Amino acid sequence: SQAAQAAEDGIRVLSAEKRIDLTGPIVKVFLTLKVQNTATGADASHVLIAFTPAEADHLAIVKATRAEGKRKKKTYIPLPVSPADPATAAPNGARLYSISLPTPLKPTDTTTVEVFYVLTHSLEPFPAEITQSESQLVYYRDSAVLLSPYHVQEQGTYVKTPSSRVESFTRVDPTSRSGPDVKYGAYGNQLPYAYSPIILHYENNHAFAVVEELVRKVEISHWGNVQVTEHYKLKHGGAKHKGVFSRLEYQARQSISGASSFKNLLARLPPRVHSVYYRDEIGNISSSHLRSDSYKSELEIEPRYPLFGGWHCTFTIGYGMPLQDFLFESADGRRFANLTFGCPLLNTVVDNLTIKVVLPEGSKSPQAVVPFETEQHLETSYSYLDVVGRTTVVIKKKNVVGEHNVPFQVYYEFSPIFMLAEPLMLVTAVLLFFAACIVYLHTDLSIAKSQASS
Amino acid sequence: MAELEAGSISMAAGGGGRLRNALSGMLCAFALLLIGVLAFSIRLFSVIKYESVIHEFDPYFNYRVTQFLSKSGIYEFWNWFDDRTWYPLGRVIGGTVYPGLTLTAGTIWWLLNSLNIPLSVETVCVFTAPIFSANASWATYLLTKEAKGHGAGLMAATILAMVPSYISRSVAGSYDNEAVAIFALIFTFYLYVKTLNTGSLFYATLNALSYFYMVCSWGGYTFIINLIPMHVLLCIVTGRYSSRLYVAYAPLVVLGTLLAALVPVVGFNAVLTSEHFASFLVFIILHVVALVYYIKGLLTPRLFKVAMTFVLTVGLALCLAVVAILAALVASSPTKGWSGRSLSLLDPTYASKYIPIIASVSEHQPPTWPSYFMAINVLAFLVPAGIISCFLPLSDASSFLVLYLVTSVYFSGVMVRLMLVLAPAVCILSGIALSEAFNVLTRSMKFQRPISDDTLPTAGDSTPGSSSTATITTSTKNANIKKEKMGTISKERSSKKSRKETELVGSSPVRPEKEEKLCVLPSEASAMGILFLIMLCGLYVIHCVWAAAEAYSAPSIVLTSRSHDGLHVYDDFRESYAWLRHNTEVDDKVASWWDYGYQTTAMANRTVIVDNNTWNNTHIATVGTAMSSPEKGAWEIFNSLDVKYVLVVFGGLIGYPSDDINKFLWMVRIGGGEFPHIKEQDYLRDGNYRVDAQGTPTMLNCLMYKLCYYRFAETDGKGFDRARRYEIGRKHFKLTHFEEVFTTQHWMVRIYKLKPQKNRVRGKLKLKLKSSSKTSLMRKGAGKKNPWQ
Repeated sequence: SQAAQAAEDGIRVLSAEKRIDLTGPIVKVFLTLKVQNTATGADASHVLIAFTPAEADHLAIVKATRAEGKRKKKTYIPLPVSPADPATAAPNGARLYSISLPTPLKPTDTTTVEVFYVLTHSLEPFPAEITQSESQLVYYRDSAVLLSPYHVQEQGTYVKTPSSRVESFTRVDPTSRSGPDVKYGAYGNQLPYAYSPIILHYENNHAFAVVEELVRKVEISHWGNVQVTEHYKLKHGGAKHKGVFSRLEYQARQSISGASSFKNLLARLPPRVHSVYYRDEIGNISSSHLRSDSYKSELEIEPRYPLFGGWHCTFTIGYGMPLQDFLFESADGRRFANLTFGCPLLNTVVDNLTIKVVLPEGSKSPQAVVPFETEQHLETSYSYLDVVGRTTVVIKKKNVVGEHNVPFQVYYEFSPIFMLAEPLMLVTAVLLFFAACIVYLHTDLSIAKSQASS
Repeated sequence: MAELEAGSISMAAGGGGRLRNALSGMLCAFALLLIGVLAFSIRLFSVIKYESVIHEFDPYFNYRVTQFLSKSGIYEFWNWFDDRTWYPLGRVIGGTVYPGLTLTAGTIWWLLNSLNIPLSVETVCVFTAPIFSANASWATYLLTKEAKGHGAGLMAATILAMVPSYISRSVAGSYDNEAVAIFALIFTFYLYVKTLNTGSLFYATLNALSYFYMVCSWGGYTFIINLIPMHVLLCIVTGRYSSRLYVAYAPLVVLGTLLAALVPVVGFNAVLTSEHFASFLVFIILHVVALVYYIKGLLTPRLFKVAMTFVLTVGLALCLAVVAILAALVASSPTKGWSGRSLSLLDPTYASKYIPIIASVSEHQPPTWPSYFMAINVLAFLVPAGIISCFLPLSDASSFLVLYLVTSVYFSGVMVRLMLVLAPAVCILSGIALSEAFNVLTRSMKFQRPISDDTLPTAGDSTPGSSSTATITTSTKNANIKKEKMGTISKERSSKKSRKETELVGSSPVRPEKEEKLCVLPSEASAMGILFLIMLCGLYVIHCVWAAAEAYSAPSIVLTSRSHDGLHVYDDFRESYAWLRHNTEVDDKVASWWDYGYQTTAMANRTVIVDNNTWNNTHIATVGTAMSSPEKGAWEIFNSLDVKYVLVVFGGLIGYPSDDINKFLWMVRIGGGEFPHIKEQDYLRDGNYRVDAQGTPTMLNCLMYKLCYYRFAETDGKGFDRARRYEIGRKHFKLTHFEEVFTTQHWMVRIYKLKPQKNRVRGKLKLKLKSSSKTSLMRKGAGKKNPWQ
């Protein structure tokens, strides 16, 4: 019935090209679909794409664009992608995502849809434990043919690995390999939901930096500063380190020893950051460099020790930013902070991201606008001399990659009179102290009058 | 300063005087505020040059305790049994720790957090010491003021605010007991002197409370409870007994002992140990003397004589009996009822003879002369002048100061660490000396004119090089001294009450008509003298700033070296602790020499076998024995202690001298003290300790040598040890029972893991053992049951 449902849509994939980028710790897939509406009467308003359950679990982000115009004047229009109605169940638990087309596809028309998606935790290290001198080999599992709810007339799959060291790969003829590239296809006329499993076993010594938990706290002060504090819990997500760690080997033979380990990370921060610090629970970590120009600041940090597979570390990065770069007033009189989502560390996967936007004390009706689905709630946090507490917008998201580093906005109402609350409190306290001193000096609390007065 | 005193004294004068008095009070308060700021900020060099971090070893323990206190609350804290240390014995922290510092910092943290000021526990701990240094300088002002007036007080407070000896223990981050204890010490002394001067029961009670705080803070409280009785005895012997003395002492002993017994770590020691014996003896003597004075007042002289002879005969017999019993009791205890550390104070050779652990700590060694100069600098020259000035009119207060100085000089001569107790005494006396000198010099400048009128040659000046003297009128200074003699000084607060009290004394102190003799120097000489003193003070300030900035600001967990290509940071200790914290199991046991115990528990959060609270000699000796045994023997000892990782500190690669190889002889000595098969002679070649080719086979085969130098020769091909400046003896060897799991960037800390017992098994069982369970104990069990073995 599913096939029938898909057929009802009347969409056929004329040609599909799947390019899988396996060079990094995360898997990036570019899909080019040339689709045609073969239905006789109805317009097609959306195109479905399918993922296996395992893929869907590790799917960090899906983006789709539609190419318009010819050749050099080609423009790409982003298309909204959303999980399809769960009622439209697919065989073997395949999950469908629906790409909505802004202008429906008329019968017999064709269009080209480009899909980009990112899979995290999809490279399985094998062997799972390696010693210091070994390099890291991983498995990647996918299908040679495109998993699609539609008929696919012609297709090809191209896999790119970081080096020419590919231990093994499944052959589904026609299959060819040249250096780091493996090509599957072209295949013709595949049925809907066709699947042909392949396994690639290849060398990948990239830094498998996984941020297991990242809590970013953004404190907005209307006195002119935005203070960001980021707590990282970092892990090397690759093959586990086994046995001896020899510093001698590591220092003397850097090229072959600890090839899969990494010792530094790069964080891209906004321009004009100030008072940057990098520390952990036992103090400052002195190995970091900050370079900044007018477009960005780059903070290069080294954890206290090089990270081998399975090793953990935690650290905190904090910095201040000028308020005027981030706080704006919207047309309806509300203020909004325009901040960047995601994790500033490049090439990392964040398993659990929590962003806390601490609004100034006295701000009301906060509202966060994030371009993708997140879990949100409100909290109250207390900081320097707060009485009623600061409204805090908490935004949570799982499985975050670099493609999530897009701006998001937090709208709120704030009356500047609240800025004076704390200074006035301090002034009152000091006044009261002086008053108490005066009263104390001018009252005689002795019970019996001393003889001196007589 | 003379003006200031004059202002504060002329209270009874009219409105103008009152205004002047208020002004001088304001000036004094402002000066004190600045002194506080000075004391606080001179200790911030460590934060500015390095970072806001806890320093050294013991502060890490205190920090950890404070963290626990702030997290779990006070009741949990008293009951805290720490299973992260002294494995498998554990340690009852609540009952074995002086809680004063922890409670103080915990209270500050709680107060700030209840005001919603989100400072971390660490920040509060780092800045506790500087805050209390400011408090200590204010307490010094009060104490000195009681003895010698405002001027001397301000001078002494300024000097104390930056005395290097105290800075060494109270820079920001040095979160140790001494930081608050010195304040408590001085404040207790102040309240004692204050009570002695006023005879007020109010101050006596406060004194007992302050003593309680001191007991909470530091084991050095025994110094107070011995010094004050000594002073009381001195007063009695010199015929200065008064009811004020009684009020000052009796409540302190009764209340103080009761309160001290409340502190779990002291408990019944407050009455049982010999450290407290003197206070009770003097307490009895004081009562006998009070009784005698009372009876003397009742009886006629003749009757009194009769009674005296009667009491003396009976009393002496009784006393002898009591003393005999006490002596027998005390003698029955092996250490004569004294704790080891106290005994090593009374007999400086005791520790090196019997307790190597106490002797092995560098701060328990006697100081050298340069260390005196380093610690108190020019003050050493000013102190004698201060003593003379204290004797010029000898009051109860000034005699106390002199006694304090003399005893603390002795104690500082025994242990470097007690230089800290000496510092306040030295500062107070130098403050007095400087203030008096400035007084005389400025006065002789001011009253130079009347010299021609009438000259009277008199001698006796506190300043060196005084030659000519003269009389002047209106000496506020003398009036002040006179007042102190009468023991009625009570004007630190210009409240109505105290004003009335002053009026009660009835001696309006300024009597312009009164003529007194005073010494005046020629103006050139006094100008020179002032210049000389200012220069001296300048030298002192320069030295203090240098000491604070260069000598004492390094946190010792981070090392820096300056080379031609800039500053180089060695952060290896924290690197290794962070590695342990994140990459080992939470219940793994780490063995290291005890120096690193506190840091390992605090920074790595792992269980250690021994730590810096060296309460169990046997346990430390076990670790020492393991370190000095060959690999197999060491493995067995560590395995029996459940140890999974062994941590050694090694300075050979970068030339860090205080590493484990240089401490190793102490491990041998302490280990050999308990386990006689470890002999120091086996590790020495002709009495010399060396690890080069001349080293003994025992030395080159012991675990410590192997763990430190494992694969070290491969770094430069020769194995040149930069800390000891020679090539090591044994260069290429394999480890059979340990494997290297982590070495820090500069090789300063090396961590080894105990191998499971599998390396005896060959071939067929490899696979099975690989999958064996995690804890080494279980592995051991499996190995024993193995039928093929």
